[in-house]
Amino acid sequence: MTRTIEFRDALNEAMSEEMRRDKRVFLLGEEVAEYDGAYKVSRGMLKEFGPDRIVDTPISESGFSGMAIGAAMLGLRPIVEFMSWSFSLVAADPILNNAPKMLYMSGGQFGCPIVIRGNDGAGGQLGSTHSWCVEGLYSNVPGLKMAIPAFPADAKGLLKTAIRDDDPVFFLESERLLAYKDEVPEEEYLIPFGRALVRREGTDCTLVSFGRPVHFCLEAAEELAKEGISCEVIDGRTIRPLDLDTIVESVRKTNYCVVVDQSWSFGSPGSEIAAQVHAACFDDLDNAVGRVHSADVPTPYATELEHEYLPNARRICEAVRATTYNA
Amino acid sequence: MSVVQTSIGTDHLDFSQPEKGASLASGLPVSVTLQWLRDMMLIREFEVRTMQAYQDRKIGGFCHVYIGQEAVAVGTIAALRKEDPVVTAYRDHGHALARGMDPKYCMAEMYGRVGGCAKGKGGSMHMFDRINHLYGGHGIVGAQTPLGAGLAFGTKYYDTVINGGRSERVTLCFLGDGALNQGAFHEALNLSGLLDLPVIYIVENNGYSMGTSINRGTTMAHAICEKARGYGIRSCEIDGMDVCNVYDAMKPLVDEVRETSTPAFVDMRTYRFKGHSMSDPRKYRPREEEEVYETGDPIGKLRDQLLGRGAIDDDALKAMAKEIRGEVRDSMKWAEASPAPDPAVDLYHDVFVEPMGPYTGTSYPQMIQECEGTQGQDG
Repeated sequence: MTRTIEFRDALNEAMSEEMRRDKRVFLLGEEVAEYDGAYKVSRGMLKEFGPDRIVDTPISESGFSGMAIGAAMLGLRPIVEFMSWSFSLVAADPILNNAPKMLYMSGGQFGCPIVIRGNDGAGGQLGSTHSWCVEGLYSNVPGLKMAIPAFPADAKGLLKTAIRDDDPVFFLESERLLAYKDEVPEEEYLIPFGRALVRREGTDCTLVSFGRPVHFCLEAAEELAKEGISCEVIDGRTIRPLDLDTIVESVRKTNYCVVVDQSWSFGSPGSEIAAQVHAACFDDLDNAVGRVHSADVPTPYATELEHEYLPNARRICEAVRATTYNA
Repeated sequence: MSVVQTSIGTDHLDFSQPEKGASLASGLPVSVTLQWLRDMMLIREFEVRTMQAYQDRKIGGFCHVYIGQEAVAVGTIAALRKEDPVVTAYRDHGHALARGMDPKYCMAEMYGRVGGCAKGKGGSMHMFDRINHLYGGHGIVGAQTPLGAGLAFGTKYYDTVINGGRSERVTLCFLGDGALNQGAFHEALNLSGLLDLPVIYIVENNGYSMGTSINRGTTMAHAICEKARGYGIRSCEIDGMDVCNVYDAMKPLVDEVRETSTPAFVDMRTYRFKGHSMSDPRKYRPREEEEVYETGDPIGKLRDQLLGRGAIDDDALKAMAKEIRGEVRDSMKWAEASPAPDPAVDLYHDVFVEPMGPYTGTSYPQMIQECEGTQGQDG
């Protein structure tokens, strides 16, 4: 059985279910308690779990994320909410230097079972300081896992898995998807990391993406179908670990691949996936892997500029046409 | 009685010889004080040999020795219960030994051997000991201060929310005076005050952040407790060159923090006799200043007090020193004999708990495995 709920409520259900199951789990961050969440993701949770487990913090990202990491070293399972991943930059030292390295530096003595989650990417005219896509920066770091759901059902299943995971998980949401409604199973379920999903089957070109741009890909695939180009859309769901097998299987069928990634192109998940696809499918590809990224400029404010900046459906269509021109 | 005035304003420190029969740490048998002498002598000998091993290139990377500050780690940790968490910065060998780590695991870590406390993956700045509740050894100045808040948050959460009792544990978070100028420190203090966290921030105020005198880097350098006061956190200054004094001042403070489950801050006045790290020629401070402090050597002070009281005689003292030299020598031999990590086995181990791709999961180091029945101390 399923019902239709918003993305934000899927996240709320995941956290609430896990907090009922495991007292070690608690939520902290700016406005998570009395305000009911800056984006209402934690709506009602203070009422159910009380202020000991739903902890409002001051605007001190470095302090409270470091504090959560200390608690995780002791064996607790904190969920840190960043109102925006853009604000994680002032917490770079704890989240990059402590969380993903603690297990290694301590020779296996202290792990860091923490989940850090929040809005990632352009939220809609927020300008360049509030629109960070941190997957480009943070996926570079070994020792962390990174999930980036595009649909409510994945948001719930992946977040529950993240909370139960013994390693640090960076969980990237999109403000633009929080009100997105879709079917979510009634019964309890978890979605394992490292399992991509074919969102739309196709025969002519493989589109690989994560998070919000998966929707751009589906839009583009609809458009290209009218021109007779059949796209297979793969939703990676987690960047670390990466499910290369599902991508390779698809590329061996279509012989073409375009990677769509909302981070900047230089040293990005998109460039990494393109490199891995080239290495794994060299003999299968009929052209080089195409790539669509956010434009290589700071995120602009004006609507027209921001739209063109993003890896939108029109730019994806152009990339697919250019990549498959010799089909 | 001589009053010493130096660049860090230590006029409260008295380096004159104690009167015969002066009381030692209050309420404790002299055997405890003798043990502190031994603990401090062990740290001193360990660090002297560490410097030699560094010169001999047995130890690499950055290496910061604790010589001169021994009374701080020994006297503060003596005021704790075993289950109280401790976290510190990169000048951490003394804390590891004072917390009870066998010197051989500490030395092997610096030698980069698999027998090290972190299997040779952490090095001098990253000493961890799960059994003795030492949560590192952290290399970035001030980075451990939010972790200290988190350990205190964690113990309080376990004791109250999960176990339904009252908050029982106190976290000691050590930092250098250089960390006073880091944002993370101020955020951690604010959070600790706001959330009533049972943590004591101990500033090992040795007057220098690397080569910069505290007067050149920190406002209100003569009264850094004012910084804690700004966050509503109780604070005190302690002469950190006298282990008995450190214990006597710390014990009631630890008890109070345990009782009230609220934070505290200590300006622990101390001095490092050696450079910031092994490559420091100490040109930024006058030799005369160093000489003044060396007359206040915490080890010499306690030794003279114990000799004066007849608690130990010269022969016993010599025997103790000999035993310690042997223990440290053995730790070096043990480190030398411990195998170097095997890249094929160890490089991709301990990155993730869960085995995944090239990563082979994790396991406890030899130090933990050799202590039976001590695993799984969560909560």
